[in-house]
Amino acid sequence: MGASEALTDPSSLYNVGNNDLSDTETVLNVRNALASVQNGESDLLYDQFVETIQINNRSDHALGAQLDALLKALSGSVACIDVNHHRRILSGIFGMSLWDHKPHVMDSLVDLIISLAATSGKYLDNCLNMLIRHFVPPPWVIDRLWQNRVIEQKQHVLSRVHGALLKISLLVPLAPSRLLPMLAHQLPKINKKDQVVVIYVENLLKLENSSIGQVGGGMIFMMVMERLRDLDLEIDWDDILQDDSNRGMFDMELEDAMNEGDELPVGSLNQDTSGGKIESLDKLMVTCFDHLESCNLHGRLDQVFEKLFDSFENFILNTYKSKVSQFLMFYACSLDPENCGVKFGSKLLDIFLSSNKPRPTRQVSLSSLWMSAVAYLASYLARGKFLPVSYVATMLKRLVDECADYCRTCNDDIRPEAHQLFYSGCQAIMYVLCFRMRSILDVPRFRSELIPLESILMHKLNPLMVCLPSVVAEFLRQAKAGGLFVVSDSFIFEDLLESELSRAFGGCERLDTFFPFDPCLLKSSNSNISGNFIYWSMVRPTYDKDDDEEDDDDAEIIVNGDEESDEEDEGDLDYALNKMSITPKHSFKNNMERERLMKMPSMIRPSTSPESL
Amino acid sequence: MEGLKLTNAELLVYIHPSKSGNKLKAICRELSSLLFQYDEIFDGVLLAFDVTVKSKGAKILAGLNPYFGVKVEASLLLFNPKPNSLVEGKIVKISPETIHVIVLGFSAAVVTDIDIREEFKYRMRNGEDCFVSSSHKRHVLKVGTMLRLQVESFDEEVMHIAGSLLPANTGCVKWLEKQSEEALHMDRDDHKRRKIA
Repeated sequence: MGASEALTDPSSLYNVGNNDLSDTETVLNVRNALASVQNGESDLLYDQFVETIQINNRSDHALGAQLDALLKALSGSVACIDVNHHRRILSGIFGMSLWDHKPHVMDSLVDLIISLAATSGKYLDNCLNMLIRHFVPPPWVIDRLWQNRVIEQKQHVLSRVHGALLKISLLVPLAPSRLLPMLAHQLPKINKKDQVVVIYVENLLKLENSSIGQVGGGMIFMMVMERLRDLDLEIDWDDILQDDSNRGMFDMELEDAMNEGDELPVGSLNQDTSGGKIESLDKLMVTCFDHLESCNLHGRLDQVFEKLFDSFENFILNTYKSKVSQFLMFYACSLDPENCGVKFGSKLLDIFLSSNKPRPTRQVSLSSLWMSAVAYLASYLARGKFLPVSYVATMLKRLVDECADYCRTCNDDIRPEAHQLFYSGCQAIMYVLCFRMRSILDVPRFRSELIPLESILMHKLNPLMVCLPSVVAEFLRQAKAGGLFVVSDSFIFEDLLESELSRAFGGCERLDTFFPFDPCLLKSSNSNISGNFIYWSMVRPTYDKDDDEEDDDDAEIIVNGDEESDEEDEGDLDYALNKMSITPKHSFKNNMERERLMKMPSMIRPSTSPESL
Repeated sequence: MEGLKLTNAELLVYIHPSKSGNKLKAICRELSSLLFQYDEIFDGVLLAFDVTVKSKGAKILAGLNPYFGVKVEASLLLFNPKPNSLVEGKIVKISPETIHVIVLGFSAAVVTDIDIREEFKYRMRNGEDCFVSSSHKRHVLKVGTMLRLQVESFDEEVMHIAGSLLPANTGCVKWLEKQSEEALHMDRDDHKRRKIA
């Protein structure tokens, strides 16, 4: 193709196959066309440019080459583009999607977008919006995500989008501050397909991993955490339980499951209505776990943890009985027990102990926030397999000291509503001791630190009467067997699942029955958690196995033992895992007591949500 | 470097009653929220501030939340590059059509080829993009160079500067200063005479 031909056929002016025509000449032509439009003249070439940009035909190679050349020429002429006069071509460019093009066209388009964003502040927002729109793939991609071709295309597109965002933020340092609100705005709605949300969140976390994350990482975690919480709240406890009892995975409702097991239609209906959300949440959790793990591998978990905790404090801690989202913290702690693990406990304790710091007060009153914090702390100390006994003992000591101080200053009788914090502190101590008593009592120093506990429990406020009876019963049993202090046999507590008093101190929100880190109910997420999790079946209580007539193998698993190495089949393990109770199975002396305690799972498990009350 | 100015301002900062425990922190927090944003009242982008609380009294705002207004005296460092002023920044990218500069670490500035004077020619040197002056071979602009440019316009919303290298007193800061030093050296007598006069 010669230069003369090029002059007669305008479309060949930007034909990439034309080697006779140099790049600069093409740029010159484009600039002339742009200039003539700016001067108010109609330009044939310009119209053709707009047309080329708007054509969306993946299969036509010639068109692709034309488009490529045009985009390259436009990047060289960005200075000549005017926001008012060249609206058509600009809206054409911003309407383009990388998903529709071949890699070489993508490259040219991305270069053009970067030039536009960096050259004038007027285009910055449009460019950023155009780029992050790619985080939501078009339907044809979503439907064919299993195809290699599509996976490859996804890789091509997203790597370029991330590259472009980074380059823009390098050239325009304030770009991240504009980008973050857009990211929050474009986050797919909660009812979108789970794939869409998962891909979007994957991208968010990838951004967090980049230099943009250093500025906006906190906000990114807030977005992710908020979405997790929203999904979490969308799911009823009943949905999970029903869903899982169908699969025979989670048969915690020992007595109920038997009767309801054959009512399959109800379960499947539930699965249909919210099954998508459960899966979505599960996938999102796993995505976040993967991200945390990669952070840990790159040695930046410590730094990420601060942001993660802030988002936890903002969205999860003050959320009424969140079900799954909190395991993000648990997982982060399990990855780095020495730093994050220790920090998490201390921060929760600080929240519980402090009352003068300004706190987020959006949804709950401060006292329930503090109670929630101590519930998290208790559950965390009890369940974290990775936490050393010395750490648990130190935290317990601080709790015990706090409660002892409270007793010293308080001269009141049992009034659960008035001393909520005290009772929740006591319950936390007892709950942790149910799991850890044996290992703590083994060390004389830790044992001596618990001495004030006796006076607390004997105080007029009488926490033993008020706290959750199942916790108290298990605690007293272990305390007696372990010789923590003399437990009077005459101490009687209500033979009820929950006493009136405990209901009162929990407030209308029933925070007395909230144990956030009860076993995770989502299948995939749980597989990440379970290795570092203390199930009740793994706890070795202080009362000796000789006491138990028919001791089960499960109960023999020691805290530090590796349950996977045990030669149990998966079914057995699942059975053990899914007892969300603090109650040991098959270890009761008489049938009556056994029957009563077998019911406890229903009480301790978080299904004591308002629906069930 | 022009476009920077130091101003004293008397401000009335309204603080939420919950923040009354640590007033100074609350004041700083309020003012920090203005950082790196263009403010018409200040007529510039706030870069730094220093506050002193003058009086102990505070005005309580009537309303649902009894916010209280604290009078403070603040000295503010503002950035407002007016057209035709000279600013300096570091070159972060060079392409045949544009030079991308970051001024003061936060404001993006760009000089497009239309605004680069004829003297500068785009070259590829050792795999590096650069602009070299055709009249002074040592006057080179490449990534990392501190560039002095003239402001054409300033987009306050995104802090974007459109710059120009058309005037002769723009270009590599180091080179320009060396030049002026040499000129100073040569004109010293002349300069002295002018001073006496």
